[in-house]
Amino acid sequence: MKGYVHSIETFGTVDGPGTRFVVFFQGCPMRCLYCHNPDTWKFNIGKTMDTDEILEKFDSMKEFYKHGGITATGGEPLGQIDFLTELFEKAHKKGIHTCLDSCGILFNPENTEKFDKLMKVTDLVMLDIKHIDDEKHVKLTKQHNTNILKYAKYICETGTDIWIRHVVVPDITDDPKYLYRLGQFISGLKTLKALDVLPYHDMGKVKYENLGIDYVLKDTKPLPKEKAIAARNIIMSGLKDALHGVNNEPESSKL
Amino acid sequence: MLNKITEKAWDGFVAGHWVDHIDVRDFIQKNYTPYDGDASFLADETEATKKLWAQVLDLMKQEREAGGVLDMDTDVVSSLTSHKAGYLNKDLEKIVGLQTDKPFKRALMPYGGLNMAAKACSDNGYEVSDRIKGIFGEGGYRKTHNQGVFDVYTPEMRACRSNKILTGLPDAYGRGRIIGDYRRVALYGVDRLIEDKKAQKDFYDRPMTAEKIRDREEISDQIRALQDLKKMALLYGIDISKPATTAQEAVQALYFGYLGAVKDQNGAAMSLGRTSTFLDIYFTRDLEAGRITETDAQEIIDHFIMKLRMVRFARTPEYNALFSGDPQWVTESLGGVGVDGRHMVTKTSFRYLHTLETLGSSPEPNLTVLWSTRLPQGFKEYCAKISVDTSSIQYENDDLMRHTHGDDYGIACCVSSMKIGKEMQFFGARANLAKCLLYAINGGVDEKTGIQVGPKFRPITSEYLDFDEVIEKYEDMMKWLAGLYVDTLNCIHYMHDKYCYEALQMALHDREVTRWFATGIAGLSVVADSLSAIKYAKVKVIRKDIEITKRVRNVVDGELVVQKKVVGVAKNVAVDYEIEGEFPKYGNNDDRVDEFAVHVLEKFMHYIRQNHCYRGGIPTTSILTITSNVEYGKNTGNTPDGRKAGVPLAPGANPMHGRDSSGATASLSSVSKLPWSDAQDGISNTFTIVPGALGKDDQVFAGDLDIPSIADSLNK
Repeated sequence: MKGYVHSIETFGTVDGPGTRFVVFFQGCPMRCLYCHNPDTWKFNIGKTMDTDEILEKFDSMKEFYKHGGITATGGEPLGQIDFLTELFEKAHKKGIHTCLDSCGILFNPENTEKFDKLMKVTDLVMLDIKHIDDEKHVKLTKQHNTNILKYAKYICETGTDIWIRHVVVPDITDDPKYLYRLGQFISGLKTLKALDVLPYHDMGKVKYENLGIDYVLKDTKPLPKEKAIAARNIIMSGLKDALHGVNNEPESSKL
Repeated sequence: MLNKITEKAWDGFVAGHWVDHIDVRDFIQKNYTPYDGDASFLADETEATKKLWAQVLDLMKQEREAGGVLDMDTDVVSSLTSHKAGYLNKDLEKIVGLQTDKPFKRALMPYGGLNMAAKACSDNGYEVSDRIKGIFGEGGYRKTHNQGVFDVYTPEMRACRSNKILTGLPDAYGRGRIIGDYRRVALYGVDRLIEDKKAQKDFYDRPMTAEKIRDREEISDQIRALQDLKKMALLYGIDISKPATTAQEAVQALYFGYLGAVKDQNGAAMSLGRTSTFLDIYFTRDLEAGRITETDAQEIIDHFIMKLRMVRFARTPEYNALFSGDPQWVTESLGGVGVDGRHMVTKTSFRYLHTLETLGSSPEPNLTVLWSTRLPQGFKEYCAKISVDTSSIQYENDDLMRHTHGDDYGIACCVSSMKIGKEMQFFGARANLAKCLLYAINGGVDEKTGIQVGPKFRPITSEYLDFDEVIEKYEDMMKWLAGLYVDTLNCIHYMHDKYCYEALQMALHDREVTRWFATGIAGLSVVADSLSAIKYAKVKVIRKDIEITKRVRNVVDGELVVQKKVVGVAKNVAVDYEIEGEFPKYGNNDDRVDEFAVHVLEKFMHYIRQNHCYRGGIPTTSILTITSNVEYGKNTGNTPDGRKAGVPLAPGANPMHGRDSSGATASLSSVSKLPWSDAQDGISNTFTIVPGALGKDDQVFAGDLDIPSIADSLNK
């Protein structure tokens, strides 16, 4: 089966464990303000690749991926779920570690048939929860987070390992109150293996300029490392408190 | 009784073949203790170390402020015994010995060539004395390596040299790339080594052929060098005639061996070998006996490494431009795995790396980890940590080299592998294969000077380049270049042996050594991409006439000036190329173009092997222009891959800058297709990456989470 592939990064070190072969899927329904890959937004454009062609490429470099594997990201891989499932099925058969990096927006709790099939061949899901508060989530991404949170729970129910990612953007997602709440939420994810706090950076700015899209966050400064560490610690305390049965939710403020 | 330990210095060691024969490897294998743990045992630097290192840093600062050189000898020719003892602070130094009588004073070594030595002085504001000029200069009575080479060079060799298709030839300076087995000085003591050399000399009996006469003379020189080494040590009040009895003595004796070498030779690379696991045997013995503490052990290593960081040579700015900086290549090889399957990491391997923390990061000594997938995890993690913190570790593939060299080899310079004390290398600079392609197109005419440098083969005259024609002509031109190159190196190494023989370093070798006859190539990725462009796109040739000029000296208004005079015209020289269409580029793991790189390497090595190599040398080649690629690029005209004249060639076996667009793994995969058996002297790939792209920041990323156990731990 063929699918729309934006590009392939052969030396991925930040998209899952080990050194990874990263496939960027073309097309995404979200419009996150800080997205650093706006060139992957449009569906059904660009070059197509066959799943065998992708795996052939992988195989020619497989020595490098012994402790890593293949990661599907984008764009939104779930936008081409049949293509994605075929790719992961074939990879899984070869013993390749598969990782899905997705926002979960396309998850439909009413009809999980396709997802059930996909989860059988997925070793790890990385889920980026943009904002724990639905209203603020809509403001940030133009979409509700209801299904995304359901998606997280669903993944755990299938027994698939999950990493939660959270981009901390100054003034948008850095309120300790919501960071703490995010921690409370993820404490319920039994298969959680890692929390990946991503400090906001503005390296995607150039792409917006090239694409002629207005970059809403043009005045937002990159988040310094100390604040990323602070955010991580708040999320972790929310997680631990929840497991301990206490609630020390902080007041709304700035990091 | 065979192998019976009689030396008191060897108490506690396991006996073996090494007892009755010079066999350091056997000693190591019988006695070393592999270490599987982590770095937590390491000790901090001592007050003495801090004080000494502050002094060294201050001297380095003074050196920089003085324009790069602090002091130079202009009248004393360096030898093992040419200078009295020199110190930083005699009371604090656990390991002593300087190249001259003062720290950072650069020695005068004219045997490689007076011009280079004199220019190294004058470019730095010093003047070699008239006495020295009288000895080594015109009308002098001591011939140098450089004079010898130019006495025998053919006009064709000189043309290749001046038109820069052969570059960096060691015909005016020390060749280097020889590693003495400095460990022998510590293990056996100099007297025993002299005794052994005397026995070796007797091996060469009648009939007295030229080869045997040379061998006997060389061994006599080696014995003299060993005697001088003892004298050198005695200048410091230290007797190294007998085996070392403690770790400190072992390090000191080993360092004296190395110091003798760098007093004797200003080689292009003066590497140390593979010493850490050897020395660890002494440290382990002393630590177990309670004679020293971990702090003492680290202090001894720190003071040793400090000395290695102070090694300096007198060199010209051009030399430094070619090698980007003022490198000594004091390479030390660490780790690796033994042929019996045990890894060779010891606590002292950690101690060496730890100097990058106790003394801070430094390019010298060039600490090189012989990497294997089978190295212990604790060591791998420490290497990774030190790399992240200091960017000062070089890694090489032990799993690849062990097959050829066993488990007691070391790296000379950056990648040249050789068995310690058993193999040496004739260093061979590089042939510019990108320029060779242009010669193939132009029938041997240089694209920049218009001079007929190569043989007058038929040039390509078509408007568009035809792949089959180009590759056929290219192979002819490579064959010519390979032959001329080897002959040039034959002249060089003959004369180096004759006038600038490395007596001390060779005294620390076996009688019969394997001589690797190293050659090197530059511009491989340019050639691969050019062939790809010619095959998969269309390449149009732009030709023009080039004026051939000659430098002439004229007197203008009573002053002598050098002018360029036109002496001829080279007609219709291909000087530029227009590419129509796309073509696959080396560095994207695309076999269509990668196969050209492989083919060119195999062919060139094949042509090299067809030649007679001086002194039974076994030919190898390398693809490792780590810095000189910039210089080679300056001397190479426009190439059919679209690279413009003067633009640097890619370093080593790297893809051309910016042409690898599929990520590092694909780029590395292209490079890894090159067969090491045809480039045994090393393949380098220079790779730069921002730290953030190498993995997660461990302070921000929370990995290894486990919800049930967190819940458990909190409920307890």
